Amino acid sequence: MSRWAAVGPVMIFAVVALAFGFALRLDPHKLPSMLIDKPPPRFSLPPVEGTSAPLDSSKLQGQVMLLNIYASWCPGCRLEHPTLMRIAREKVVPLYGLNWKDKPGQGGRWLRQYQNPYIAVGDDPSGRAGIEMGVTGVPETFVIDTAGRIRYRHAGPVTEEVWQEVFVPLLASLGVKS
Amino acid sequence: MLAETGQFALILAFVVALLQGVVPLAGTLNRDRQAMTFASTASLIQFACIAYAYAVLTHAFITSDFSLSVVAANSHTLKPMLYKVSGVWGNHEGSMLLWVLILAVFGASVALGKAQLQATLRANTLAVQGLISAGFLAFILFTSNPFERLPFVPVEGNGLNPILQDPGLAFHPPFLYLGYVGFSIAFSFSVAALIEGKIDASWARCVRPWVLAAWCFLTIGIAIGSFWAYYTLGWGGWWYWDPVENASFMPWLAGTALLHSALVVERRNALLSWTILLGILTFTLSLIGTFLVRSGVLTSVHAFASDPSRGVFILALIVATVGASLILYAWRMPTLKYGAPFSMVSREAGLTLNNAFLTVACATVFIGTFYPLVIDILGDDKISVGPPYYNATFLPIMVPLLVAMAVGPVLKWKRDTVWGALQRLKPAGIAGLLALAVVLMFTLGRSLFAAAAMALAAWVVVGSLLVLVRRSRLGRTSLGESLKLLRSTPAAIVGLVMAHAGLGLSVIGITGISAWSSEVVERVEVGGPAVKIAGYDVGLASINQARGPNYSAQHAEFIVTRNGTPVTKLRSERRFFPEREQLTTVAAIRTTPASNLYVVIGDPDDKGGWTVRIYHHPLVIWIWIGALVMAAGGFVSLSDRRFRIGVATRQPAAARPVAAE
Repeated sequence: MSRWAAVGPVMIFAVVALAFGFALRLDPHKLPSMLIDKPPPRFSLPPVEGTSAPLDSSKLQGQVMLLNIYASWCPGCRLEHPTLMRIAREKVVPLYGLNWKDKPGQGGRWLRQYQNPYIAVGDDPSGRAGIEMGVTGVPETFVIDTAGRIRYRHAGPVTEEVWQEVFVPLLASLGVKS
Repeated sequence: MLAETGQFALILAFVVALLQGVVPLAGTLNRDRQAMTFASTASLIQFACIAYAYAVLTHAFITSDFSLSVVAANSHTLKPMLYKVSGVWGNHEGSMLLWVLILAVFGASVALGKAQLQATLRANTLAVQGLISAGFLAFILFTSNPFERLPFVPVEGNGLNPILQDPGLAFHPPFLYLGYVGFSIAFSFSVAALIEGKIDASWARCVRPWVLAAWCFLTIGIAIGSFWAYYTLGWGGWWYWDPVENASFMPWLAGTALLHSALVVERRNALLSWTILLGILTFTLSLIGTFLVRSGVLTSVHAFASDPSRGVFILALIVATVGASLILYAWRMPTLKYGAPFSMVSREAGLTLNNAFLTVACATVFIGTFYPLVIDILGDDKISVGPPYYNATFLPIMVPLLVAMAVGPVLKWKRDTVWGALQRLKPAGIAGLLALAVVLMFTLGRSLFAAAAMALAAWVVVGSLLVLVRRSRLGRTSLGESLKLLRSTPAAIVGLVMAHAGLGLSVIGITGISAWSSEVVERVEVGGPAVKIAGYDVGLASINQARGPNYSAQHAEFIVTRNGTPVTKLRSERRFFPEREQLTTVAAIRTTPASNLYVVIGDPDDKGGWTVRIYHHPLVIWIWIGALVMAAGGFVSLSDRRFRIGVATRQPAAARPVAAE
């Protein structure tokens, strides 16, 4: 075996380890979106099958609200759904939804099965709008302030723990009692 | 007080592990026998200490000792006993303790193992094992102490996430860890061989049972996890290519490759350097899996509460263990001798091809898992990698692998011809064509893809069974003689046939659910019209209130009929867990070999109706039956006497060219 072939693995490993080292500093839970403090990119999405209200980015202002990205194929969305239902039930803050990269009919079916927590939910089968929002995976939840600017992006399920630890203080700072 | 003794035991274990890592290495350098045998003693003491600490933590969970922060955060007095015991590993700290406990179990087993292991190899292996253990014990002691006390003792604990309160999930982690951690032995053996600078057939013979055992456990662990996802998450999927699922799948792929390449080392003394590298890589992937789950670098449902300091620590551990072993590899490998040559068409070549496919498959999964991360690091472009990526990359690699899988075992060692092998596989080819024709006929030619997949599955299953048919000379001699030959077949060969056929069975299940599943979501009323799906009529018979130990539930009973004749009753529940204000649903599943009928009760509306979701999944159960057959094949192979007494059986010179595993 040549010396170079033997050294190969350790070189490759060094690169991978370096990448992991960088990745640690980019905790996706904390990674701010490129759009922080800017209005969301313009999009206009038809309502998810079975719902009536379309989702237009120009409507996402005027009060503090949440925009939740979900998909029927996403386990984390199932995990956070009870929390979203509670937020909707207790009318803590308006909740909008974006059904990301779902097959036709699946997003609506999911909402019928588990109930629909959203005021309006847009269908984004190609994933275009989601990608422009900087979505890297589902679920993700954006906090939008009164002026229509994105203030926070949360990657991963909004469980009760996350809600209490992250969202409650954040919403309080934006003047919403929850 | 008890908890403090547990912590003390862990500190003791850490000190012993450090000694275990250093003394035997010095012993092998100085040819000091006593220092070498110290390795065995140390690994037993280490095991005793960690087992004690683990027992103490389990005791705290069972008695609901909420003065411990881990117990308060993850347990509850009303939790059923099973989940109190499994709650020990249902959290970061406890699961790390289970991790090192299993590491210690494997270490102690090597120490006690009767296999004719050379004293130096055993000592060096245990030393490496001790160093790994010391690293992880330090991780526990410094960043994740399970015995941390709370300043104020809460009256009640926080409970365990209801989705995780499930028997399937209770047993998923221990099996997974037995697999992950089991590969540490392969790693330690590889590094020990590098330290000594000696790798040969006897080395492979010693390491293979450990690899096989770890592989079996990992197979079971992954199967349980996938089955859990199938029935609890309630939307009928069985694999999601979630980063953490991939984290368990990558060591499995690499471990499968290792299993096969070690065989070539054992039989033909070839592929030496590659096998050593795989031994290191397989455990590296296991470690990366641990890193992935606990550092929070990727988002996933499985993620534990993440803490950057833990991520840094684990990354440092990985860099130290893997970096050091790969540097050793780079230094030692060029001085090692090449193995024996073999022809392009031979059993060895088949196994090499297997390794090539499995490694590339593993690499595709690796890239798919970490690509989003890389893009994130490089800049502002955001991408997501989902099932379409894996369908486009992983599946095409699996197809030739499956085709080759039936061919490999009928190839002769050293030299063979493709034509000869195909001759031997004629019945499998016929079975494949038959499956293709039958599926096309029944689906009226619409499911060409599914028909091809089924043909492939038939090819693998029949091709594997042919090994036994040929061995027993079935049809070419009397039935009695055949049975006698079959009974004398080495367990390793039976294991090979089972494992290969098992994968074929899984392919049947995967094809069934991918190609022919159907689903209906409808609003139904109690006693109302039945929902029709795949020839069944499913009617909602009753809804009752029910109570569990820590939840209240709505219990729905469904009556299933087919053409008017009753088939079965199915019971699905919506459970509400007040301590966490969380709803979960329990699916009702009727399983037959032909299909699963999967019914979930959803939310009520205010007019007396209920949303009900019903799936029909043809053949899906074969996915998990196949996985269990694979694992069982591994265990059967482990029982082969060659493994137990560590002596290679030589095929008699005149033996038929069947042989082997």
